[in-house]
Amino acid sequence: MSEIKKLTTPLTAEAIRDLKAGDSVLLSGVIYTARDKAHKRLCDTLAEGKPLPVALENQVIYYVGPAPAKPGQPIGSCGPTTSSRMDSYAPILMREAGLRGMLGKGPRSKEVVDTMKETTSVYLAAIGGTGVSISHSVKKAEVIAYEDLGTCAIRRLEVEDLPCIVAIDCQGNNLYEIGVKTYEK
Amino acid sequence: MKTITTQQITEAVRQLCMDVSYDLPQDVEAALEQGLAKEESSFGKYCLEQIIHNCHLAREHRQAMCQDTGIAVVYLYIGQDVHIIGGSLADAVNEGVRQGYEDGYLRKSVVEEPLFERMNTGDNTPAVMHMELVPGDQLRIMVVPKGAGSENMGAMKMLKPADGLEGAKQFILDTVRNAGGNPCPPIVVGIGVGGTMEKAPMLAKQALTREIGSRNPNPLYAKLEEELLEAINNMGIGPQGLGGRVTALAVHIEYYPTHIAMLPVAVNINCHAARHKEVVL
Repeated sequence: MSEIKKLTTPLTAEAIRDLKAGDSVLLSGVIYTARDKAHKRLCDTLAEGKPLPVALENQVIYYVGPAPAKPGQPIGSCGPTTSSRMDSYAPILMREAGLRGMLGKGPRSKEVVDTMKETTSVYLAAIGGTGVSISHSVKKAEVIAYEDLGTCAIRRLEVEDLPCIVAIDCQGNNLYEIGVKTYEK
Repeated sequence: MKTITTQQITEAVRQLCMDVSYDLPQDVEAALEQGLAKEESSFGKYCLEQIIHNCHLAREHRQAMCQDTGIAVVYLYIGQDVHIIGGSLADAVNEGVRQGYEDGYLRKSVVEEPLFERMNTGDNTPAVMHMELVPGDQLRIMVVPKGAGSENMGAMKMLKPADGLEGAKQFILDTVRNAGGNPCPPIVVGIGVGGTMEKAPMLAKQALTREIGSRNPNPLYAKLEEELLEAINNMGIGPQGLGGRVTALAVHIEYYPTHIAMLPVAVNINCHAARHKEVVL
């Protein structure tokens, strides 16, 4: 594994170009949570030509549905959910809303990777099933849209040094393919 | 004859729902440690270290190891000589799930109806319950919460008897390969063979609750478990799908007699958080 890079949101195209598949990253700044239902609403809103409830330009969406916070905590366990469920929506957000980064777990579709290349975007992977340790990187959390969706609402998270790996970079280098080929017998 | 109250059952289920979310079974943790010793990939090692660290944090803070605290699958093995008083057994179990998920700060992930509105029930009920009458005067309750990341990767197929062992192996390995990094590897693979179209998936789910690395008592199936485990770990998927040697911690197969013209095969994949916990009343 490479040395650890620090990355702070919002992300510029220059910052994204600097990231290579396989880089270890500590992510800080504001990120937004969204899962399937929130993605559907965001894409429907774009299709209707209306403004989004949150400006996504140069931002990162974290695919997560957190567990409830215990008293005194900003958030409960909050590891990544399976990203492929968002594959049909993600290209729309990158192309039409300027979304620059996605944080989740697991492989992405060819269409997502192609759009990442086209829009200079990055896909980061957090480690699935490490919800407690990730929650310790979250300093503040508030629901900012679609409150009726409960855990699936859009939250604004302030994170500090959230550990993740560049799984797919903006050139389309894909750790899910490279890594598996390396160890396939 | 033993009398058990529905209040006792509710309390037991409540406690199990919380404990199972915080406390990974020792055999699973030991298998993760063994995986770490075997893993060659640096990403794989890093992932396993983080997963084990998280499991310690979850126990220490009594916080859910994974935010997906699942849909609660509850097995009830009811002794024939047990008399349950105080109302409906199913209601008692659901009340335990409701209290456990609320009091334990666990995520409520159940929608009331799957196709149209998909409205969250708000309290993680109802549980999926499997009840079986067994000899004796005890009630054994096992809670097996299951998250979507891994449950979504399972599959079942009605093979032809002519497909045989090779067909079954191919279907199992294809299912795991297609799942790739999605179900949070390293995984546990539960396989059910035989019975009928509903029986095989039941066996596959039960296979996940066996002690990690235990072998089927039938030597032919035990050997098949080992062979499949090796084949899966040779796929290179690795922890989190980022490449590596440790894709599966175990393969468990359960079988049941089947019809002369059937060969049902079901594969149920569990993430590394292979949660299950039981209590005997």
